[in-house]
Amino acid sequence: MSQIEFRHVRHAYPPPKGQAPVYALEEVSQVWDDGGAYALLGPSGCGKTTLLNIISGLLTPSEGSILFDGNEVTQLPTAERRIAQVFQFPVVYDTMTVFDNLAFPLRNRGMAESRVTERVTQIAEMLDLSDRLTQRASGLTADGKQKISLGRGLVREDVNAILFDEPLTVIDPHLKWQLRSKLKELHQQIGVTMIYVTHDQVEALTFADKVVVMYDGGVVQVGTPIELFNRPRHTFVGYFIGSPGMNVLPCTLDQGQPVFGKQHLGSSHPVDTDPGGKLEIGIRPEFVSFSDDGIPVAIEKVEDLGRYQVVTVRHESEQIKMVVGEDQAIPAESPKIRFEPDNLLLFRDDWAVETEHA
Amino acid sequence: MAIELRQVSLRVGAETHIHETDLSLQPGKFNILLGTTLSGKTSLMRLMAGLEKPTSGQLLVNGEDVTGIPVQKRSVAMVYQAFINYPSFSVYDNIASPLKVAGLPKDQIDAKVRQFADLLQLTPMLHRLPDELSGGQQQRTALARALVKGAELVLLDEPLANLDYKLREELRDELPKMFADSGATVVYATSEPLEALMLGGYTATLNEGRVVQFGETSTIYRQPHSLEGARVFSDPPINTAAIEKRGDSAYLSDSVSWKVPAQLAAMPDGRYTIGLRPHHLLPGGDGVAVDGEVQISEISGSESIVRINIEGNNWVSEAHGIHSYKFGARSRFFFDSSRCLYFDANQQRISTGP
Repeated sequence: MSQIEFRHVRHAYPPPKGQAPVYALEEVSQVWDDGGAYALLGPSGCGKTTLLNIISGLLTPSEGSILFDGNEVTQLPTAERRIAQVFQFPVVYDTMTVFDNLAFPLRNRGMAESRVTERVTQIAEMLDLSDRLTQRASGLTADGKQKISLGRGLVREDVNAILFDEPLTVIDPHLKWQLRSKLKELHQQIGVTMIYVTHDQVEALTFADKVVVMYDGGVVQVGTPIELFNRPRHTFVGYFIGSPGMNVLPCTLDQGQPVFGKQHLGSSHPVDTDPGGKLEIGIRPEFVSFSDDGIPVAIEKVEDLGRYQVVTVRHESEQIKMVVGEDQAIPAESPKIRFEPDNLLLFRDDWAVETEHA
Repeated sequence: MAIELRQVSLRVGAETHIHETDLSLQPGKFNILLGTTLSGKTSLMRLMAGLEKPTSGQLLVNGEDVTGIPVQKRSVAMVYQAFINYPSFSVYDNIASPLKVAGLPKDQIDAKVRQFADLLQLTPMLHRLPDELSGGQQQRTALARALVKGAELVLLDEPLANLDYKLREELRDELPKMFADSGATVVYATSEPLEALMLGGYTATLNEGRVVQFGETSTIYRQPHSLEGARVFSDPPINTAAIEKRGDSAYLSDSVSWKVPAQLAAMPDGRYTIGLRPHHLLPGGDGVAVDGEVQISEISGSESIVRINIEGNNWVSEAHGIHSYKFGARSRFFFDSSRCLYFDANQQRISTGP
């Protein structure tokens, strides 16, 4: 187990002759604490797989260095980095038993058979595979096979980190839920650094202690799930975390107070000086509510999502989403809305304007 | 297009994929098939499309028996989870291909291709080949090609399963709108309860090759006829427990009890099962208090999800806000007993409505 450090890592795939390089990964300096549970979260094409491949050594970055516990590993091949990986689709040997599949990474490294048995038994127990050890892997369902893949990632004790690349893609939702909890439990038990790549915010937030949000080749924010939800540093984080995402609305400033829909919003965190640039407020749908006085809106759509309702309203040309309680009535006549002043954020050119609550 | 299955079943060798099923889809509406892998969603769709001949029963389209009529003769479009494109065609030509086959004039083809490319956010990639697209973009291309035909019956088999989360969210919003004016009957298979709720329309819950219940999506969610139906339509899984009913009270244990609705009070004493959705089990508030041991807690954005062992039952609480727990901690949770669903010995729900 070790701490992993990125120092000014940047990567460009070789550009066509005579053209300037385009960076698939913008500069990243980041310390991955020993034993931490991290998620790399972002849409496809954001650079998260590039980053993962740089950690595992499948890719050597064009700039910067990678250190494991302070030792430079930038040029080391994957095999020498002691990294375990679990991929999107199960990688199992169909003709082998579950036991032999789990034992494979250990036997490969010449571990004594008695120790192999001990370790495989332990991991099988953690994954509820104990009663299937003698079964052939070919007879298992997709989630059973993916459990074996997870097990093979977890079975080695000498790894620096375990990398998961969208490991739950092929799993049914109700089993996803179980496997996710299982993975979190395993992390608590074995304490190895885990890095989990996904485009699914729920998976990222439920698994990780720290989430690294990526967008357009760069890291836009590293934070705990709560920080990402309450204090997104970039409008993209506000949009990407949370479902529905944060409302981002154009605003002006008057004496440090944001103004939208001709109304002073009474933010609890006014700014001292007008920062200039493109100004927008960010307000989560959870913090928008109907009120007797406020911004007049027209209701466009009400969606019943079971445990809550998502209401889409419009003020002039701006669409606003709000989350309303399961049993709450939607006002029929001239509805007005208000934004919770404590949870109102201000953005300048898409980046959060630092106020004292930042 | 009105589609009706009459006593349709499908057996393959010794295995029954679909048990005898009666189902009339809502014409011109969104019809969702909700169930896990192997629950029969794909088999039902293949039967509706005419790609599979039923072992017994009839398929009626607009009241006419079309059992055994091949798919090519009918106005059907089907989109699979794993999408397929023509590798040597540009995105534009991929989307245009069904319209060219149909012999539409060039300007109409162009307008339609652009309309659907725009809808699926493919406009900047119209001249690329599928190989030069990301996985998500390839899937959107295939989706556009299936939609552009304007078929009367559109079968979508988990079409968003492989897409990015946020794109999925946007398309869930867009898809019902796209079809709203087309008059097409849409059948949409999903394994995600929340997706069914987001799409709205009508839902059939499926389990082990049977249609458990069919009706308006929110009714199927709130008023399942059986425990099976409630289970299919709950994620995280619905909390269940055996209770002892005596007189007008329900006992979860000697120390945890509450008054039951009149309909249940009038029924014989004995064992019943309750179902309680995770978002109705909360870390604070009023109602019935239960103590349990926290097994795991997760925070997903604005929600906290906690797994707790309560009176020997593995329950889940899903609450708004951030609540942190230590593994193994004893903690108290609450539920409003009016949120309980009650099931009899045959796991049929006892109606407790007003």
